[in-house]
Amino acid sequence: MSYQFIDTPEQKKKLDKVFVELKGVPGSLMKAMQKAQDIYGYLPIEIMQRIATACNVPVEEVYGIATFYAQFNIEPMGKYKVGICLGTACYVKGSGVILDKIKERLHIEPGHTTEDMKFTLEATRCIGCCGLAPVMTINGEVHGNLKPEDLDTIFAKYGA
Amino acid sequence: MKQVNVKINGIPVTVDAGTRILDAAKKAGVNIPTLCYLKDVTNEGSCRMCVVEVAGAKNLVTSCFATVREGMEVFTNTPKVIASRKTTLELILSNHDQKCLSCVRSTNCELQKLALEYGCDSYKYQGEKNSYPIQDKNPYLIRDNNKCILCRRCVAVCNKVQSVNAIGANNRGFKTEIGSVFGHDLADTGCVACGQCIKACPVGALYEKDDTDQVMKAILDPEKFVIVGTAPAVRVGVGEEFGYPIGTDVEGKMVTALRRLGFDKVFDVNMTADLTIMEEGTELLERLNDPNAKLPMLTSCSPGWINFIETFYPDLLGNLSSCKSPQQMFGAVMKTYYAEKMGIDPAKMVVVTVMPCTAKKTEVIRDHQNASGYPDVDITITTREFARLLRRQSIDLRNLEDGMFDDPLGQSSSAGHLFCATGGVMEAALRTVASIVNGKNLEKLDFKGVRGMDGIKEATVNLNDGRKIRVAVAHSLSNARKLMDQIRAGKSKYQFIEIMACPGGCINGGGQPIVPSQVLNNVDVRALRAKAVYDRDKKAAIRQSHENPVMKVLYDEYFGKPNSHKAHKILHTEYKPQNKL
Repeated sequence: MSYQFIDTPEQKKKLDKVFVELKGVPGSLMKAMQKAQDIYGYLPIEIMQRIATACNVPVEEVYGIATFYAQFNIEPMGKYKVGICLGTACYVKGSGVILDKIKERLHIEPGHTTEDMKFTLEATRCIGCCGLAPVMTINGEVHGNLKPEDLDTIFAKYGA
Repeated sequence: MKQVNVKINGIPVTVDAGTRILDAAKKAGVNIPTLCYLKDVTNEGSCRMCVVEVAGAKNLVTSCFATVREGMEVFTNTPKVIASRKTTLELILSNHDQKCLSCVRSTNCELQKLALEYGCDSYKYQGEKNSYPIQDKNPYLIRDNNKCILCRRCVAVCNKVQSVNAIGANNRGFKTEIGSVFGHDLADTGCVACGQCIKACPVGALYEKDDTDQVMKAILDPEKFVIVGTAPAVRVGVGEEFGYPIGTDVEGKMVTALRRLGFDKVFDVNMTADLTIMEEGTELLERLNDPNAKLPMLTSCSPGWINFIETFYPDLLGNLSSCKSPQQMFGAVMKTYYAEKMGIDPAKMVVVTVMPCTAKKTEVIRDHQNASGYPDVDITITTREFARLLRRQSIDLRNLEDGMFDDPLGQSSSAGHLFCATGGVMEAALRTVASIVNGKNLEKLDFKGVRGMDGIKEATVNLNDGRKIRVAVAHSLSNARKLMDQIRAGKSKYQFIEIMACPGGCINGGGQPIVPSQVLNNVDVRALRAKAVYDRDKKAAIRQSHENPVMKVLYDEYFGKPNSHKAHKILHTEYKPQNKL
């Protein structure tokens, strides 16, 4: 799937400012990546290249770090972030089946975003609501005691 | 340096403080297996093959990483150690495709060898396996990550030795994969096609694009006149594929083997290395005499280096000699001068080269490399592909009598032969330039200051007319980078610089026979192969390019004089910046 990267003049200015602040600061690569993600929401190749140039490291190094840490997104995030908990309690209570159902519904794998940019699917670790297992969050709103047949009603609320 | 006393399997040995356990063991005559360790390149300690027991230590210790201390007692072959290595190997195999029968590295694979030695059960751990598409969207190299063991030797060579940084480890944990940014093919990255990663790979995850079928197709086509030319480095490398010791010169047998394959003519690219010297030497003298010329002049015969400068230093392209490489001059001469002389239509001519090089596969398809209107060189194969072709045709190099290159273009000087070792182009050029500058022969032809395996070598050379020039030689692109940064900063003190992309030069090119790390870690393969080159030079009758009688014929009958209009049209080329990720 490919997404078009849009860079507004304001965003560009903000990132340039970050580079100025971090210039010459040792070990500032991670910081630059975090700030860039704050500005753009994710790290497309165009931004990785700018970070690489600014921090004087190969772009492959930036990419290696971005794909190593879960905190970095290399694809744009959808309007709604769907997190399905695969922690032990939720998994035992059937969250794996629910994840499969959501994958079928949205036609994406965890870590990806639907082409209409509406949903980003994430399989998460335990989010601490084991009493409500299995749970799913959509933009922070918790849906607990889930059964596969609940999904139609829930997703209808978000227009899918 | 402070010395420490240690015992390896009970054998006492004294070594410098700071020595790795692995090297201390070597001194005690004890061999420790390794997979990820590559001397002077990487010791990540990631593969866990070199683990040993150290008295008093709770856990096993990686001997490629840990250093000795006074009184240390090391045991390299205890049941605990053997069991650990075996499990490590079986776990590697559990995520390996194990298609050994059809693997290009079978019988020359470090993983296969160790798995056999340790009596591994290749299916002991059955579970999830990664499945990756084969990456082959470039003309020179294939990456098959289904065979990759994540040792990162290729990454270390690409980043540290070549400073190219085209590949790295991406993703995490079980999904860790070696590749390029956003999964792009190497062709989109700054990869220069040097092929050093292939030679670093312990398994069959990296290998060259095989063009041997194309060669046989051309040979078997009765309509085609098929000419082969061999690079200088091939004759000091290919013997290794047939059991000769490293550094054996098998030129005569190689020529016979090529003839038996069915080529119509067997020529030597050493001849066009001489021609390169005539052109490049003249170009250097012209630049030295022109106050506006760009200096230092940079050599242009290494295609990996050309890819590098076009990608990373496009602002310095004006410093690059406009001469085509000897390979391309070879094809150009064949399809123009030789085709005319023999009355052969260049359209029906197929020029094949055997090269120690994977980057040559990018060079043959470059722009401005078609002097006759057809590609100067049609097919180029590496030394390894050549050996593969011989085996497939049941030609055993060891049983062949010596042959001679064909007349009349088969003759060359030993200066041309030097092209395959770092410093060799420089030495060949200096021999000719210093002589032709005023027509007087040099008293001493050896320029020992530019020989050897130091990363950057420099010398001040007296031209025969009283002028002095400062020259430098670099091999490995990380060393080239240092000299280029000097030029960019306006601080270069040289007039002439030779660059070869590969460490040691073409003798250690990306297309040369693969030497396992257990050998690489103990001997300098580059020096052994280079010795065979300089030995031939010592004994040669003709040691200067301009004394090669073929040069007189080519210039008298065809090109007029070096750097003439016609020579420029046929033997020179152009460069342009490469815009890569």
